[in-house]
Amino acid sequence: MPGLILQVDGLTVSFDGFKAVDDLNFYVEQDELRCVIGPNGAGKTTLLDMICGKTKPTSGTIKFKHLRLNEMIEYQITRAGVGRKFQNPSVYEDLTVSENLDISWPKKRNVLGSLFFRPNHAMTEKIESVATQIFLQDQLDIKAGLLSHGQKQWLEIGMLLMQDPELLLLDEPVAGMSAREREQTAELLTGISKGRSTVVIEHDMAFVRMIAHKVTVLHQGKLLAEGSMDQVQSDPRVVETYLGH
Amino acid sequence: MTTSTTPSTSTAPRGANLWGVGSFLLLALLLFVVFPLSMDVFRLGLAAKYLSLAFCAAGIVLVWGYGGILSLGQGVFFGLGSYFMAMFLKLEAAGNADSSSGTALSAFFGSAGLPDFMAWNSVEVLPWWWEPFHHVSFTVLAILIGPPLVAFVLGYVNFRKRVGGVYFSIVTLALAAIMAIMIIGQQGYTGGVNGITDFKTFLGMDLDTERAKFVMYFITAALLLLCVAIGAFILRSRVGRVLVAIRDREDRVRFSGYDPALFKAFIFAVAALFSAIGGAMFTLQVGLASPSLVGIVPSVEMVIYAAVGGRLSLIGAVYGALLVGWAKTFFSENFVEFWPYLIGALFIVVVMFLPTGLAGLVDRLRGGFLRREGR
Repeated sequence: MPGLILQVDGLTVSFDGFKAVDDLNFYVEQDELRCVIGPNGAGKTTLLDMICGKTKPTSGTIKFKHLRLNEMIEYQITRAGVGRKFQNPSVYEDLTVSENLDISWPKKRNVLGSLFFRPNHAMTEKIESVATQIFLQDQLDIKAGLLSHGQKQWLEIGMLLMQDPELLLLDEPVAGMSAREREQTAELLTGISKGRSTVVIEHDMAFVRMIAHKVTVLHQGKLLAEGSMDQVQSDPRVVETYLGH
Repeated sequence: MTTSTTPSTSTAPRGANLWGVGSFLLLALLLFVVFPLSMDVFRLGLAAKYLSLAFCAAGIVLVWGYGGILSLGQGVFFGLGSYFMAMFLKLEAAGNADSSSGTALSAFFGSAGLPDFMAWNSVEVLPWWWEPFHHVSFTVLAILIGPPLVAFVLGYVNFRKRVGGVYFSIVTLALAAIMAIMIIGQQGYTGGVNGITDFKTFLGMDLDTERAKFVMYFITAALLLLCVAIGAFILRSRVGRVLVAIRDREDRVRFSGYDPALFKAFIFAVAALFSAIGGAMFTLQVGLASPSLVGIVPSVEMVIYAAVGGRLSLIGAVYGALLVGWAKTFFSENFVEFWPYLIGALFIVVVMFLPTGLAGLVDRLRGGFLRREGR
């Protein structure tokens, strides 16, 4: 199949017999922005966890370009070009904003390389430009732990921008944000998803409508529906299981 | 750009550079000028002993303060360095004894060139693994490569399996106990509970002269400052930032594309190297390698040096080792029984009320001073 960057086939994971994701097929095209929605416990986060290597699937395959991600471990998957943003903002709180961005620069990630790595012009410029994109250009020297919740979310997106992944996995990027921050983030996401493939998990329907190309609905670990936002919202099964209540 | 007013714990904002260099120079002044001028040979010998232990404390700042790995087994690496050096010195001493009056007798018993404790334990042939310690170059290499290698392999195997935190501390604790038990148990090869002692010379230099003691003191101080400088270089590099990130959120670091196990094993190996150098210098100056410096108690004491000095400050760790060392000497001379309780209480007080140790206190005072000055 041409143009596919991510191919997930027959993916299953069971935790003590409970199948969080059950025989799921999931395909993402080059440069696509895909939203994954579904009620709590639908297996959305677990799906991202398996793609990025945090959770090992019980069976099934995950192919990213020509690589079998299900046979690789986290840092190898990251180096192959998959970036992950977690649900709770995961930034390095004891480091400053600029240091957070610095260590996300995807060069010299072995021990000796890091030991003798000196910030170069290209990196400093990239940090400046990313900081501007994520609205943190004035906070570069502040410890990340002192940022507000929304700013931490942005910083984590910024760390991913430094990594410049081909496939970006975002888990609830606007959770806990104010209305104004949501708008800014939607803008940010549409901007950064250009030229790369993105998978976003989100609960906020208005937000999904703002950004999505195509929507996948999961329910109890299975695929329920897939299509444009309008198609999905008018699907009777979706209305019944998810949007209905 | 706004300036941060938060106290620095991980990496340096502007101005901290100058402060770092300044406190390094102050320490150098203290070690190279003030101590030698103000102390007699006996006191200087004590200082040298504490400085040997300060190597371990500096290593603990790296692994514990920045890597978040609490190692309760640095005595093992200190011991390896100490014993490797002792083996060399002992063989030199045994060789010298041959050329003096004892030759005929020991030749008769077939123990020529054999360390005395081996003869007492009816070990008649020098074990093969003692042989290479005839050479000073091998000994130095063994001290510089052996302990870090052991630490790296041990660390990597554990960290890769994601054994960390308290569990790794217990592993290191067990290691310290095993090492001490092994040394005591294998008396014929290790000198047992008495350790290895009674050396006379190092490469022909008489270790008992005042001059030799001065020379050794200066070498120790210089090596210690070198280790502090190496540690500072590591912390200022990207490795330092990755370590803080690992301490903070190890899981997340994997998704930044780093292998945390490798970084943790690396810093653990560096700390082992520092400890081993300290151990070798200790043996050269105190004239002893003993299992009482390898086991759990000395290993925990080393952690206390770092905690008191400040676990985020390499230079603080040196002061911590000196202060606690002197306090130990003073109190154990006066209240022998009471000392362990005192040091235990000291540890608790520091951890509870001064989590960043003396260095943290100095930083806070300095911060207050700077704020007042800025007004």
